[in-house]
Amino acid sequence: MRKLMLLAVLCTSLEGCASLGVAPWEREVLAREDMQLDTNALDTAFDDHIYFSKEGTSGGRGFGGGGCGCN
Amino acid sequence: MLLGAAIAATVSAASPAGAESFDLARHRGHVVIVDFWASWCKPCRQSIPWLNSMRERYGASGLTIIGVNVDAERADADRFLRDVPIEFEIVFDPKGDLAKEFKVQGMPSSYVFDRTGKMVDTHLGFRDAKKNEHEVALRNLLNQPAP
Repeated sequence: MRKLMLLAVLCTSLEGCASLGVAPWEREVLAREDMQLDTNALDTAFDDHIYFSKEGTSGGRGFGGGGCGCN
Repeated sequence: MLLGAAIAATVSAASPAGAESFDLARHRGHVVIVDFWASWCKPCRQSIPWLNSMRERYGASGLTIIGVNVDAERADADRFLRDVPIEFEIVFDPKGDLAKEFKVQGMPSSYVFDRTGKMVDTHLGFRDAKKNEHEVALRNLLNQPAP
């Protein structure tokens, strides 16, 4: 019985990953201006450039953005 | 990457809800570009005028372009169309059925089919610098004889 339950839990958790995230064609809401995490994209780009130059990292602020999903 | 003609055929046969009018088989013998676009997609504002000009230039030689809109709200698409008119066939796919079928990776995405209906090329995003390259490829496809 316990095994069966474990299996059931495993199966549902696997299923949970199937619809993870937003599909590229569903980014409509994320692309809205009031959904942006920054107020000025250029500013953020500069900040990010300095950040990754100093820290040796890229995409640390989150790479997804809300745009076309093509980057 | 290349799904091939078989998938293309099933796409048209399945006729997903909201995209019933999508039928690739209808255009067999033409070079077909299926272009996925959305009102919120910034590069689409560049790619669509280019596609318009391609249609104008090569439509008579057998180029067909189908724009698949994936906006959930039709009003958003209509607003975009007022800014950026589309001079080719538009299919509305608000539920993303066709996008799912084509496994769209980003916007804009386009899929190029040759005259035999075989998928020969896919493009993700739109770069101004690649325009000429794409046009040459299109011309080559158009020069191939229809089956």
